[in-house]
Amino acid sequence: MEATRPVSRSTPRPTSRPAYRLTRDRVTALLMLAPSVVAIGVFVYGFIAWTGFVSLTQWSGILANLRFNGLENYVSIFNTGRFQTDIRNTVVFTTLFVVLTLLLGFVLAVLVDQRVRGETIFRSIYLFPMSLSFIVTGVAMAWVFTPGNWQNGDPTGINLLFKQMGLGWFQSGWITDASIWPGGGWFPDWSRTRIGLPLAMLPVVAAATWQMSGFTMAMYLAGLRAIPDEMREAARVDGATEWQVIRYIILPQLTPVTLSAIIVLGHVSLKIFDLIMTMTGGGPGNATDVPGIYMYEITFKANKVAEGAAVAMVMLVLVALVIVPYLISNMRNAQEG
Amino acid sequence: MRYTKMLLTAVSLLMILAFVAACGGGQTAAPAAQPAQKPAAVQPTTAPAVQPTQAAAQKPAAGAKKLEIFSWWTNGGEATGLEKMYGIYKQKNAGVEIVNATVAGGAGTNAKTVLKTRLQGGQPPDSWQVHAGKELTSYVDAGQMQPLTAFFKEQGYDKVMPKLLLDQITYKNEIWSVPVNIHRSNVLWYNKKVFAANNLQPPKTLDDFFKVADALKAKGVTPLAVGGKDKFENGHLFESVLLATYGPDDYAKLFAPGTKWDDAKLTQAIDTMKKMLGYANSDRSALGWADAAQLVLDGKAGMTIMGDWAHGYFLSKNAKPDVDYGWAAAPGTDGVFLWLSDSFGLAKGAPNPDQAKAWLMVCGSKEGQDAFNPAKGSIPARTDADKSLYDVYLKYSIDSFGANKLAPSIVHGAAAPEPYMVAYGNALEVFSSDLDTKTVKQALTDAGKEIK
Repeated sequence: MEATRPVSRSTPRPTSRPAYRLTRDRVTALLMLAPSVVAIGVFVYGFIAWTGFVSLTQWSGILANLRFNGLENYVSIFNTGRFQTDIRNTVVFTTLFVVLTLLLGFVLAVLVDQRVRGETIFRSIYLFPMSLSFIVTGVAMAWVFTPGNWQNGDPTGINLLFKQMGLGWFQSGWITDASIWPGGGWFPDWSRTRIGLPLAMLPVVAAATWQMSGFTMAMYLAGLRAIPDEMREAARVDGATEWQVIRYIILPQLTPVTLSAIIVLGHVSLKIFDLIMTMTGGGPGNATDVPGIYMYEITFKANKVAEGAAVAMVMLVLVALVIVPYLISNMRNAQEG
Repeated sequence: MRYTKMLLTAVSLLMILAFVAACGGGQTAAPAAQPAQKPAAVQPTTAPAVQPTQAAAQKPAAGAKKLEIFSWWTNGGEATGLEKMYGIYKQKNAGVEIVNATVAGGAGTNAKTVLKTRLQGGQPPDSWQVHAGKELTSYVDAGQMQPLTAFFKEQGYDKVMPKLLLDQITYKNEIWSVPVNIHRSNVLWYNKKVFAANNLQPPKTLDDFFKVADALKAKGVTPLAVGGKDKFENGHLFESVLLATYGPDDYAKLFAPGTKWDDAKLTQAIDTMKKMLGYANSDRSALGWADAAQLVLDGKAGMTIMGDWAHGYFLSKNAKPDVDYGWAAAPGTDGVFLWLSDSFGLAKGAPNPDQAKAWLMVCGSKEGQDAFNPAKGSIPARTDADKSLYDVYLKYSIDSFGANKLAPSIVHGAAAPEPYMVAYGNALEVFSSDLDTKTVKQALTDAGKEIK
């Protein structure tokens, strides 16, 4: 997408559309683009098409079996309790993670934007977690959130911290807490999973938010700096309180930034694998399991390649649901502008 | 201006040419280019980037004799044992270069992924590590392995390995791999000092187990340490419970194709498991099996049921066998040896079939097994081992293996094929967290359909 845009922008647009002429300029441009178009065509779209095809076959075993199987694999995974749980977890994780990261990032950006002394230091501190890989975060946070035998006064990790601070009643099972909020979850007959919020997901959300909120802070900070001071001044002169300035001047101006942040965070969280793999491994039970882990296990451990491909396609659709509307609105803007 | 444009044109043409050449040049370009542009959906068939280079490097050069052995024994005692077997092989087959293709990590999962990609690409290693028993059925069904029944007769293995073991590794009336070692799954490890201080004996039956557990609980010691982080511990515990509930004969019948997996005994086993987990540590999903073993060593927990690699773990922590920790058959399974085994098979279309057979002879020989197993901390699959080479636990294990009935392990690939193992393992991990007997029974019934 990004790669094709410069072409249309660089050509000036007169009111009536001229016949497309193959000037030397355009030939050069096309030749320059060709390698990346071919590479992306093969390695992105080609493989997506191949995965889509495999998901319709009977491939279950070490060697490829490309006999057509219709939508059987999709029916099969959607009837699996574990996959239903994974979808629930993805929805829970994505919602909490995106909302919390946006909120925290925005608050941090507003604070850093107050022209405090040592702003660069604060900015760096908040941005640093992003330079870690999710693997590192996962391993470290797993240590933090392993509760130990806290019911019998032998806590570890964050529970130990709470105990030493005299905040014993804050201790909890964290990543080992298999319960579902509210009240054990809703378990209707048509579902093979309990619908609700798995509490073990909260530490995972905390870890992901800790890592990514610096990133949204940076985005919001750039957005805030782009708002001319005159607008705020004008609002203040008109008697707006600081809260009203934020609510009616700053927030509306930040809508495009928020949208971009949602896109980036949304696709990170819908595809999340490494953080959860190292932090909880999907446990307790399937309380923090996600489609990525399920796909990995049934493809590489159980050899059910076609079903794994079907899971991959479902994940692709989920991400597409987030990204495609954004792309469409982007294209519209580009055409209007 | 003109000049710049011409230069640009020339550069872009060169890029295209280079790209086309790279594509035509071989598969190496594809995985190397892919990770940078990975689409939203991860391609399931993608090989790890290391694979093609490895394969290319290991193509036999004309004239030189080579043997490629594929395993996931990369460190510790198992790597030492493997090196010892290579030493014996080199003595007997001078001039053959051994290519030691190991892939570390994931308890073999990473290695299996690389192996499968190589098999799909038609580039098998000569021989690869595989759990003996039903785990290898997926390779057999894909036509990747050669039957070894005749080889077993020729080498006389059928006389020195227990008949029950050979029966249990037979698939489609053939034996497909040479077992190098035997591990035992149904072992109860207990803290001897804690047991002595409370005048307790290791429980023989399930009823005894719950009595001992109550006594420990009353003293404020967690009776049973269970893990879960490595995603096999609960399945591991349950296979001992299944064995105790069904008995060895009915247990073996569970893995016959068409078994329903929904009878009353299954319900009984699930209820027993639930009761047992009531005596276990509540943070089990965050602990690995080794963490659980450590709880026993520290005296924070009284018992754990784990395979005999726990013995290796205890030794690595400088604990004294029979002083700091003791062992017994898991409750209710006395007299039965729940086994699992690492083995090597012969690839169909192996590049060096003669060298590979010579390798399998080392794997199956008394000399090879007695070199490998003391280092690995397991016992030989042969019953004529030199017992003096083994430590106190392994001697006990060798005696049990010779005298006991044998039953194949589920979670370690001996009893059932891989799709079943994944579904079974997940069902038990879920059960360990929510203790919902109805859901786990349904999940096990569903899993049972994977045994074909």
